[in-house]
Amino acid sequence: MNSITINKNISPGIEFKDNSVLRKFKNRLFKFIIILLSIITISPIVLILSKLIIKGFRQINIDFFTQVAPDTFEAMTAIASGDIIPGGIANGITGTFLIVIIASVIAIPIGIITGVYLYENPGKRYANLIRNLSDILQGVPSIVLGIIGYLWVVINVTNGFSALAGSVALAIMMLPLIVRSTEETMKMVPENIKEAAAALGVPYHKIIIRVMIPSSFSGLLTGILLAISRVLGETAPLLLTTLGSSFINLDVSKPTSAVPLLIWNFYNDPNMINLIWSSSLFLIGLVLALNIIAKRIIANREK
Amino acid sequence: MKKNNLDINNSILTIKDLSIAYVKGKYAVKNVSAEIEQNAITAIMGPSGCGKSTLLRAINRMHELYPNISTEGEIFLNKDNIYDMDTINLRRKVGMVFQRPNPFPTLSIYDNVIAGYKLNGIKLKKNRRDEIVEKTLTDVSLWTEVKDSLFDKGTFLSGGQQQRLCIARALAYNPEVILLDEPTSALDPVATARVEELLIDLKKKYTIVMVTHNMSQAARISDNSLFMYLGESVEYGKTNSMFTNPIDSRTEAYLTGQFG
Repeated sequence: MNSITINKNISPGIEFKDNSVLRKFKNRLFKFIIILLSIITISPIVLILSKLIIKGFRQINIDFFTQVAPDTFEAMTAIASGDIIPGGIANGITGTFLIVIIASVIAIPIGIITGVYLYENPGKRYANLIRNLSDILQGVPSIVLGIIGYLWVVINVTNGFSALAGSVALAIMMLPLIVRSTEETMKMVPENIKEAAAALGVPYHKIIIRVMIPSSFSGLLTGILLAISRVLGETAPLLLTTLGSSFINLDVSKPTSAVPLLIWNFYNDPNMINLIWSSSLFLIGLVLALNIIAKRIIANREK
Repeated sequence: MKKNNLDINNSILTIKDLSIAYVKGKYAVKNVSAEIEQNAITAIMGPSGCGKSTLLRAINRMHELYPNISTEGEIFLNKDNIYDMDTINLRRKVGMVFQRPNPFPTLSIYDNVIAGYKLNGIKLKKNRRDEIVEKTLTDVSLWTEVKDSLFDKGTFLSGGQQQRLCIARALAYNPEVILLDEPTSALDPVATARVEELLIDLKKKYTIVMVTHNMSQAARISDNSLFMYLGESVEYGKTNSMFTNPIDSRTEAYLTGQFG
């Protein structure tokens, strides 16, 4: 067996202390702090989910997805006799889908085209102006966008509260997110892929449509889904634009309910408290599902 | 420019007084003129930043992707001025292979080979497509390696295979000239040797212009060499003559490793 002797006094005057015990302790302490901090980071989501599942699970059944929200009297009778609250949030679910789909139809094309423009013209003054304005737009409080939706669409277009007005407000919220994520994703596509297409004589617009966008597809999709999940739970702008409705409504020019609006209504009605938990659970589940779907699509594309 | 035993009577490309500037007044390529021999390998060499890639990329007008680059002078392909040609036509006739292998990450190996047709929206019959894919992949000696995985993504291949795929992509268009910008600098020695063999084989059918950093590569495979320094073409001639008997003192200094 070879034994290596280390001269601890390599240079005279400098003594090497054997502090391995202290070092190991420091190492352990550091690890402990990291684990503790990561637990603190994830604990809110765990606590929220467990609370929602425990409190809301009982309310989730077929009716929850197919029936409209009950009125106070129905809820009160059910509570008095110890039953679960009848009815569901079908009007909210359909409303949320209607509003968000229309908002996406408005925001996705505009956002992607703007993002591509910013990517293609990085130093131009007009592009910088747009990028800065888009950043400012991202900071505009959602209630202000609700007021804008009210002024533009409720008063001038649909002459009354409407799903369309809510969609416009949410689309404005989604826009800066999609613009930014498009630009960032495009930047990740290597320049040499673009040159490869150009060297084959592919005209500029086809390079963008057939090479750049497909190459950054997973990033674009992630950006879009993030934007959607960002607006899915928005309540304030909808209060001022879509108002809410006790019926399932698929007409964009009519007042429409949405899941967050229903949660707000349930909160204001002491008899409906139990529905808050299940509706919130549904909303979180929807956001999670979107994320999982996005990851699946990305994984499949990368295969 | 000094000519070293240069004797070109079947030129396919003529570069005339070409100057290229990235910034106004600062020329990366200065007044370069050269004839490129058909069915031969012409190597453009020189130290970093001497303008060799810039010169190469002018031949298929790649510089037009970037708005600030200004080009003066003329280049003729078979007596046609390339600046009067449609870029789609020009780039069909002049293919390009880049320093780093860059297959399209979203396309399969099959689609990468016919990417020129596919991305330009040129419709081909299925058996014609199959024929092109098989023929060009055979030409770059990749067919036996990938024939069972044609519909997998090209990015799963090794670096050397990817580069041969990129050469196949350029060949599928049936070009007259192939431009290669340091095609082996990102490859290991084995993959480099295979690409070099391939290029020697390809010059029977195509004209090859390549930029190389690697002098021994130029010596091994090129017929003619153009030595550039600080944007100027210093010496142009038969590779054999130039490597054994350089005329210009700068060429000699470079070839003997005194700078570069």
